[in-house]
Amino acid sequence: MQTPEEFELSRRGVLAGGAASVATVTLVPIGTAAAAAPAAKSPPTAKVAFEVNGAARALELDTRTSLLDALREHLHLTGTKKGCDHGQCGACTVIVDGRRINSCLTLAVMHEGEKITTIEGLGTPDKMHAMQAAFVTHDGYQCGYCTPGQICSAVAVLDEIKAGVPSHVTADLGAAPTVTKVELRERMSGNICRCGAYSNIIDAITDVAGVKA
Amino acid sequence: MKSFTYERVDSAAAATAAFTRTPGARFIAGGTNLLDLMKLEIETPSHLIDVSRLALDKIEATAEGGLRIGAMVRNTDLASDARVRRDYGLLTRALVAGASGQLRNKATTAGNLLQRTRCPYFYDTNQPCNKRKPGSGCAAIGGFNRLHAVVGASDACIATHPSDMAVAMRALDAAIETVDAAGKARAIPIADFYRAPGKTPHLETVLAPGELITAVTLPKPVGGTHIYHKVRDRASYAFALISVGAIVQRDGTGRVALGGVGYKPWRVEAAEAALPRGAKPVADGLLAGARTTHENAYKLPLVERTLAGVLAQAKG
Ligand SMILES: Cc1cc2nc3c(=O)[nH]c(=O)nc-3n(C[C@H](O)[C@H](O)[C@H](O)COP(=O)(O)OP(=O)(O)OC[C@H]3O[C@@H](n4cnc5c(N)ncnc54)[C@H](O)[C@@H]3O)c2cc1C
Ligand code: SF4
Ligand code: FES
Ligand code: FES
Repeated sequence: MQTPEEFELSRRGVLAGGAASVATVTLVPIGTAAAAAPAAKSPPTAKVAFEVNGAARALELDTRTSLLDALREHLHLTGTKKGCDHGQCGACTVIVDGRRINSCLTLAVMHEGEKITTIEGLGTPDKMHAMQAAFVTHDGYQCGYCTPGQICSAVAVLDEIKAGVPSHVTADLGAAPTVTKVELRERMSGNICRCGAYSNIIDAITDVAGVKA
Repeated sequence: MKSFTYERVDSAAAATAAFTRTPGARFIAGGTNLLDLMKLEIETPSHLIDVSRLALDKIEATAEGGLRIGAMVRNTDLASDARVRRDYGLLTRALVAGASGQLRNKATTAGNLLQRTRCPYFYDTNQPCNKRKPGSGCAAIGGFNRLHAVVGASDACIATHPSDMAVAMRALDAAIETVDAAGKARAIPIADFYRAPGKTPHLETVLAPGELITAVTLPKPVGGTHIYHKVRDRASYAFALISVGAIVQRDGTGRVALGGVGYKPWRVEAAEAALPRGAKPVADGLLAGARTTHENAYKLPLVERTLAGVLAQAKG
């Protein structure tokens, strides 16, 4: 299997080798019959424009590029992490149009016109988002690898509860869900922490939500 | 991943036309199942038709008093809809028992129904798998098969359909609305939607190539207490070992569908008549003719006991 990284390397190799013009200017027409028969040499590309952390970005990408690889390898926003690359760990969680998703399981070209927020967009070391600050205060991490995904997920989870999205542990589907530790644990289950910082992560989130329970 | 060309379409007609025009094409919605498999080159489309922005993202009341759920409604939105929570609680319960919050934000109604019936060996390209490579054999039969089917399986494949949502839809008598390349629409009762593996486990549904799901309809609400009980290896974010979806009325009658036991959500209407008499006769009817392996025979008593728990819970 060719991983996107390997592809990146080989594409850089092609660029260095002088065939760059072919690789970059061959624009596959989208939505036409011709799209089915790409030039044999370079893998098909497509253009995409979206907003990342408030800034407009336009890219031309190999169509296979995941949103995760677009962020990390093309836009050099390496805060978002790749754990499993298969939707199983949550390390790649980003917020797209207000919703958390696994950026590894979605194609970058499918996000035309959307607003993407990564850990870099939530806050900076000097001006941290409340959730980032709470993770520091409560030691919500050890190695830190899962942390950007945990924080993006946590921010979105509080919005989901506010919006009334039910969860597996919501007792009464007729009532608005509330911020409890049980709710947070269930809602955060898509974010795996190999270091097992879970209890401190829940403390950080409850702190931001202003709940003691 | 094999390379592919990509196009986004803005109407169902454009989607099916693109399919007809382009050999090797596939629809992509949330992408959470298709891309997962493309990364392993188990799925190798040469062209992707992005249907995720089709205007099929609404949940509407039907003239019959039920709901029409657009094919592109996200699992989160379906679970959160006030009418669904009130009248079809089983569906909300099943949805939120599946996958993770992040995945449910992407996963669509159509994509969830059409996620592959599969097993761990299907992902392991070093192993034989009749579903992945017809005729190559089945590594699960005689291998590790604790997760596998106990009903409806064949000598070619014993995989289960992993959808929680589909279990609720089966109990709710949902119908799947489609349109084909010629523009012909049809509605398929979910009971008839999935194909038994037989000798051709790579064929999983009755859909024709290029047939697009446009909506899922639910008949008018049937009332009752709605319970979805999923038994899994961890408390959250895991596929079902087995699951029981039930709607129980005050007089003890009702409906039951099972997940994690077969190639489709498993419901045997005739078995439901025994519901007022308790779990055992119902489980016996549901699992009649079950064929277990050395590792998955536990599913039979687990179904009965889980159903007993569900019926006790329904009594309150
Ligand atoms: C880590 C992980 C854990 C999971 N756990 C669970 C779980 O516990 N329970 C559960 O139920 N599910 C689980 N899932 C599966 C998840 O629910 C599915 O991946 C998801 O529902 C698929 O929807 P999608 O829109 O992303 O489909 P896609 O991946 O976009 O598509 C799936 C298939 O449907 C086809 N398709 C899509 N839309 C249409 C249409 N309108 N008409 C015709 N064909 C169409 C595609 O061509 C493709 O073949 C899990 C997934 C992952 C990755
Ligand atoms: S059970 Fe089905 S999917 Fe699993 S290895 Fe056998 S043929 Fe493949
Ligand atoms: S890297 Fe995306 S979920 Fe693991
Ligand atoms: S802090 Fe190490 S994986 Fe979570």
